[in-house]
Amino acid sequence: MTEHKGVLIIGEIIEENLAAVTLELLGCGRTLADKLGERLSGLLMGSDTRPHASKAIAYGADKIYIMEDPLLEDYQSDLYLAAVEKMVRRVMPKIVLMGQTPMGRDLAPRLGFRMHAAVLMDCVELDIDTQTGRLLQVRPVYGGNARAVFTSETRPQMATVRSKAMSPLERNSSRKGDIIEIKPEIDPSAMRTKLLEKVKEEVAGIKIEDAAILVTGGRGIGGPEGFEQLEDLAGLLKGAVGATRPVVDSGWCPTSRQIGLTGKVVAPDLYIAVALSGSSQHMAGCSGAKHIVAINSDPQANIFREASFGIVGDWKKALPSFIEKVRELLKE
Amino acid sequence: MELIVCLKQILDPEAPPDSYTIDQEANRIFLPPEIAPVISTFDETALEAALRLKDTHGGRITALSMGNKFVSDVIKKALAVGADELILLEDVSFEGGDAWSTAYALAEAIKKIGRYDIIFCGRQAADWDSGLVGAGIAELLGLPSVTLAKKVDITDKTVTVERVAGDGFEIVKVPIPCLITVSNELGELRLVRLKGVRRAEKIQPTVWKPEDIGADPSRIGSRGRLTTLHKLFKPVKETQCEIIEGEDVAEAAVNLTLRLREAKLL
Repeated sequence: MTEHKGVLIIGEIIEENLAAVTLELLGCGRTLADKLGERLSGLLMGSDTRPHASKAIAYGADKIYIMEDPLLEDYQSDLYLAAVEKMVRRVMPKIVLMGQTPMGRDLAPRLGFRMHAAVLMDCVELDIDTQTGRLLQVRPVYGGNARAVFTSETRPQMATVRSKAMSPLERNSSRKGDIIEIKPEIDPSAMRTKLLEKVKEEVAGIKIEDAAILVTGGRGIGGPEGFEQLEDLAGLLKGAVGATRPVVDSGWCPTSRQIGLTGKVVAPDLYIAVALSGSSQHMAGCSGAKHIVAINSDPQANIFREASFGIVGDWKKALPSFIEKVRELLKE
Repeated sequence: MELIVCLKQILDPEAPPDSYTIDQEANRIFLPPEIAPVISTFDETALEAALRLKDTHGGRITALSMGNKFVSDVIKKALAVGADELILLEDVSFEGGDAWSTAYALAEAIKKIGRYDIIFCGRQAADWDSGLVGAGIAELLGLPSVTLAKKVDITDKTVTVERVAGDGFEIVKVPIPCLITVSNELGELRLVRLKGVRRAEKIQPTVWKPEDIGADPSRIGSRGRLTTLHKLFKPVKETQCEIIEGEDVAEAAVNLTLRLREAKLL
């Protein structure tokens, strides 16, 4: 049996940039590789990947494999699956990491089953067991009500990693690494599932995952009109507006605003939670916030266990004076 | 059209966080018995996706579930909203598995069912939140798949799916037979009506044991696991919330801004 060695991350290029989660994977992959005393490699697919490969080396990789083909420009599940399987069989890593992204959620499970190798999804901590050398994989379960520590009984050990759970390294452009081009040998006839079009739901202003201040509304806002007030506040604070799953499911806000287990993961400096109960599933998307402020009429709401500051009361009465006072304070 | 929907009976994920208790020895999580189990939310949405196709195009829906100790009223909801058949893989040896043993058992059952155009699963079970089983079934049956669907339609033999992705969605085409995992954006499962309850009363679930689906005993339940669960614990919360008071809510809100300013957060 061939020996599995090293750590391989599957990177993503989004809007001509290395995805934030890819930098985070490089950071945690570097730590794991160093603990094993082995090498960190990465795979990038698409076209014109070389500049991104150099950047990935500056962020911690020893070696970046690139696969270039116009058909790999967008995520196509069957083609990516074939390409990544080929790469993993060639590199034979001990550990394979991907981001818990729309790609990772689709690709990692299929790759795992294809290779008969267990995958642990949405991990928030990864470490090497010093005694056994195994990958310890920590992931939230039961909607975030509990956490579980797993190991895989198969090789390679595969995991997807939650956005913002890991920190990237400082960029170091003097780091040396190899860039190796691999022919993807794409077979277009293998493409059964076909991506035809990407539809963007534009949200004006700052993206929620980039905002330093977020104002998030829950079911208690009662309808789409209430979100205009949240927009006013977010606008004043140069932040963005987020929403819980019930809000998005009711059609009051677009999906791109959804924060939580099945939405986006955010980690702003300030998170103002308005009329939301703070279910574990929601908190899974914002527990990385530095400070949470809660406005809720139910003193028993879970959000008060997560918040640093709060007021108990009707948001409709609280928010207008809150906004007015913020406006006044910011003028000073 | 032949549609199969995979459903999982789980602990109610909407139960208050405090009500969960963990048995550290057994690495198992519990809710008090008065909180009834539910069909996993995302699986309900998957069932809704199948019902909508049936509404428009006609066909037959088989609901399939694996587990042990099914609560009849809970799982028969599938029949009450319009599924035509309910197959339960129910046996103690199905217990204690992971995504690998679950996908294997479900795939073997689907082989036995034989006829299918589309298999629907939830995007993930709302208890372990992995999102592996759907892809696993597709891989084991050699089917193409689309994950995270928020809209599903079919023309001729091609399924068009709107797939949730970051800042919008993707339009994906896939031929039948295929497997589709469904996301909450598709919409909630329709309400149970009295007529449906009466209909469900007349349909007896089919129960299959491991031998009925020809399952390899070493690949089901805890024996079929590829992962080991070492520890299950509740994350510790250290935050102490400072409740800001005032004469009324409006004044409390003003005091809150002042406190945030003091803490250099505004």
